[in-house]
Amino acid sequence: MSRFSSLNSYWKGRTLGLLAALAVSSISFAGAQNVPAISGGVAFLTSTNGGNTTYTPLIEPLLAAPIGKHILIESRAAILETFSPDSTGYNHTHFAGLTYLQGDYIASPHLTIVGGSFLLPFGTYNERLSPVWIGNFQDGPLIASLGLLSTGTGVGGMLRGSAISRRKYSIDYATWFSARSGNEQFNSERSFGGRASLYLQDSRLEVGLSYDRSLQGTQENFYGTHVWWEPKDTAFRLRSEFARGHHAQGYWIEADYRTQAFGGLNSWVGRFEPLFRMQQTFRRDTIISDGLPLVNTQRADFGLDYNLPHNTRILTSYSRQFSSSNNTNIWETGIVYRFLFPAWKGKSQ
Amino acid sequence: MSQKYFFAAAVALGALLMSLPKMQSQATQQTPAQTSKKQPSDKHRPQPSDNEGQRIFDGQCARCHTAPDGFSPRITNAIVRHMRVRANLSATDEKAILRFMNP
Ligand code: HEC
Repeated sequence: MSRFSSLNSYWKGRTLGLLAALAVSSISFAGAQNVPAISGGVAFLTSTNGGNTTYTPLIEPLLAAPIGKHILIESRAAILETFSPDSTGYNHTHFAGLTYLQGDYIASPHLTIVGGSFLLPFGTYNERLSPVWIGNFQDGPLIASLGLLSTGTGVGGMLRGSAISRRKYSIDYATWFSARSGNEQFNSERSFGGRASLYLQDSRLEVGLSYDRSLQGTQENFYGTHVWWEPKDTAFRLRSEFARGHHAQGYWIEADYRTQAFGGLNSWVGRFEPLFRMQQTFRRDTIISDGLPLVNTQRADFGLDYNLPHNTRILTSYSRQFSSSNNTNIWETGIVYRFLFPAWKGKSQ
Repeated sequence: MSQKYFFAAAVALGALLMSLPKMQSQATQQTPAQTSKKQPSDKHRPQPSDNEGQRIFDGQCARCHTAPDGFSPRITNAIVRHMRVRANLSATDEKAILRFMNP
């Protein structure tokens, strides 16, 4: 599954105008230190599957605008072109849309109230790893669509925050309700769900559970669990997720590593980042409603990323996918630049 | 290569990757928030909360992504509030990180 399949709405000038107005309104509310941040990633990606190469230039800009002491407006857009081969040469498609647009109100130390169109907090991929500058592999996991209710976003409200935070451990939660929305810009299913995780700060181990339920058509439940382990003082990360839906289930487990043994992370050797991801999906029945492969599939992804100075990264990977219908090789390369700057110029203080 | 051997090799490689960090001795020197224009008031900071800020920064800010190379201190507030919501940080952690990044 590609990272874009959940984006199915179209960019509208109106929304841009709204965003600009929000950004500007945050000046009048607060002092200089509430300057909105503009951030995101620009990338050029290539993917070769069964001999066909697709090229995708893309930009994912983000705005985070604090207002007063308790409010944050945040939004991310995606604008991309896809060039893929067809019988007549190259076919070209364009996509531009808002991925999410939400207002966050920090109501108390334990509660933040979110309203708008938000990324569904199911598992970890959607909320944490889907931005193009964060993911180690260009492709999302095969099970990424499980629990994301077609669009990956909800339109409604969410309550979230830190339930318990101690020196050694913390527990956090997110729970939401979404209405059905056929809005061009923000599409969603009527649904509800939540996630809770436990994080052990000393061992850098996180374990979490997710659940959600679609409340339209045939109502279905989705269950997820994630385990992340990123041992202290290493640049090693092990991340994994398992998800189960009505008709299919699967898991992914990803390891990545940078060595500090040859002059630290910023030496030329330390900038290499080998990756490995193992994935499997299993069909529970033949009703196809969840975006997972139609037959049981196994896939191994081998990657080698290179972390250049100045927030630039080169991503490369080779994947071999096995299923009873066919076996394929997928080669991917990309260059990603991460940007981050204040929304307007000005002096400190 | 048959599927069976392919996956055996893949798992072996994965196991190798996982054992690498044990061979690691040095500590990660991720200087966080190398805020490009740090104000010169650093010396007035009380030591203990400093270490606390560092501890929380180290434990929280590398979980999902690497730290950026540097950014203007004017957007620290926007970033930390954003991350408080995204990572469900506690109010105490948010304050400690803010102090640590923009003393
Ligand atoms: C739970 C995972 C997670 C943790 C923990 C986390 N971040 Fe982030 N961070 C993200 C994601 C995801 C984005 C991109 C948001 C998007 O594109 O929707 C991001 C974006 C950013 C950005 C870009 C600007 C912005 O506000 O989007 C900066 C800078 C940043 N994080 C710094 C930090 C710092 C400092 C900490 C420690 C307090 C931190 N992050 C902890 C997930 C995390």
